[in-house]
Amino acid sequence: MERIIKDEVPTEILKALFQVDSTVQIDDVLENEMVLNMGPQHPATHGVLRLLLRLDGETVIACVPEVGYLHRGYEKMAENMTYYEYIPHTDRLDYLAPLSNNVGWVLAVEKLAGIEAPPRAQYIRMLIAELSRIASHLVAIGALAMDVGALTVFLWTLREREKILDIWDILCGARFTNTYTRIGGVANDIQPEAIAKAKWFIDQFDPNLEECEKLINTNKIFIKRLEGIGIASREDALSLGLTGPNLRASGVEFDLRRATPYLCYNDIDFNIPVYTEGDSLARYFVRVDEARESAKIAKQVLEKMPQGETLANNPKRVLPKKTEIYTKMEELIHDFMIVNFGINPPVGDIYSAIENPKGELGFYLVSNGEGHPWKCKIRSPSFINIQSLPLLITGHMVSDVVAIIGSIDPVMGEADK
Amino acid sequence: MDLKEFIPQKLREKIPDILFKENVYRDELTITFDKQNIQPVCKFLKEDPELEFLLCEDITAVDWAKRTNRFTVVYHIFSLKLKTRLCLKCDVDESDCKIDTVTSVWRTANWHEREVFDMYGIRFNNHPDLRRIYMPEYFEYHPLRKDFPLMGIPGSLSLPKK
Repeated sequence: MERIIKDEVPTEILKALFQVDSTVQIDDVLENEMVLNMGPQHPATHGVLRLLLRLDGETVIACVPEVGYLHRGYEKMAENMTYYEYIPHTDRLDYLAPLSNNVGWVLAVEKLAGIEAPPRAQYIRMLIAELSRIASHLVAIGALAMDVGALTVFLWTLREREKILDIWDILCGARFTNTYTRIGGVANDIQPEAIAKAKWFIDQFDPNLEECEKLINTNKIFIKRLEGIGIASREDALSLGLTGPNLRASGVEFDLRRATPYLCYNDIDFNIPVYTEGDSLARYFVRVDEARESAKIAKQVLEKMPQGETLANNPKRVLPKKTEIYTKMEELIHDFMIVNFGINPPVGDIYSAIENPKGELGFYLVSNGEGHPWKCKIRSPSFINIQSLPLLITGHMVSDVVAIIGSIDPVMGEADK
Repeated sequence: MDLKEFIPQKLREKIPDILFKENVYRDELTITFDKQNIQPVCKFLKEDPELEFLLCEDITAVDWAKRTNRFTVVYHIFSLKLKTRLCLKCDVDESDCKIDTVTSVWRTANWHEREVFDMYGIRFNNHPDLRRIYMPEYFEYHPLRKDFPLMGIPGSLSLPKK
């Protein structure tokens, strides 16, 4: 494109252009830097993320992310409600994998209160955590492909995700905000129909995922838009505190399911996919491989799932079953006490973290012996992953910004708490 | 040797002039010390070849409301080498509501510390970019302090101009 100076533009056009009073001057845009505001309402920022980009031509030379547009004060709210009341709120953190958040919260509370869920409940939790990982990664893969221009993949991955939501529907009657786990177990035992549906889903998942992959893995546009874009080296990734797939794409084999085994992950055989490139394409590949591994884990979980109770026997801390509340005095009293005054964990503080689809979801809980937590801190992976955006984006083109955000896969519900 | 004894012992050996207090609760090791020493201790924990706490998972604070040292700044760090988590705690009083930043040790501390500043009003010395992160710049209060009401303070957040 050639540079236009005022003398070259025909006077009639100039007159028409400057009919309205304006301070605009015709100048060479490529010689001036400009500040571009992206978001908070923007389809490619995956929520209300705002980026301020300083551009030199089309190249980003600086980037400042702004978060907080969805800040609901969940940490303050946690200080004013009982541990049970808070379970539904964890659904709203990473709303693409609500069951995973449920599991993270109850594990933290159980650690604080010293309760252990029975084995069957732990296996159910593993199953739902892995299936929600698949559900979350399917959105991530589809949305990333859509961000760089391949719409079909998004439709196909969401078709797969829909089947998982159908399993949730049978399991707990809700498709999105599930609130399925309870302190000391899960809300209800898993139904045979849900197990059958999960088995069917896992069997047909692999070929279907392959089908989605075939659309893009050899697609020149897709590869060129992602390869070598937004590279985080091993040192950068660790120093910036990236966790989850974003860290494993940079060559660090760190997965909390292995590093600090929780639930029954020790009994399960699975691989941790690691890529060393650290670019957007590697982050995409890690997610695809992880979805496969999760299906493998879910399959083993279904095979090994023991029979038995799904709620711990701890009447002072664990809500009794509804049918018992209506028929037995003791249970009625405990239900009244737990609902009204909370479970009163002993004085102390703990940090408990699980491997969420987005990374490490941690809860730091301080109890002063009362029914409400004295403090609850949510260590949300998306918040920290967004922090790495300036490093990844700087030096790339404006159109790459969209691809990089997609590959980082932030969820603003979680980043803003 | 057990890691829960090894780490405090190593700290005492290498940095003898700092008083460390350790505590194990629910199988988690917590080390408490004075806030002036936060930077050298973190630097040592990260760089020591036997420890290598490369990952800073979380930085937060607790408001104890009526205690002499009103706040405690809490750090959770993880060592990929030892596969263990360590919790560091430093007390900060309201009259001297400052602590040194650890951004130079872990870059991820940047946003964690901004969040603590936003929510508790604890300032971090030498922080490269200490702005509020969730609340708007003009907001006067620190919402997670115990004296901030749950319902908020009327008029503290202005509505956008029409």
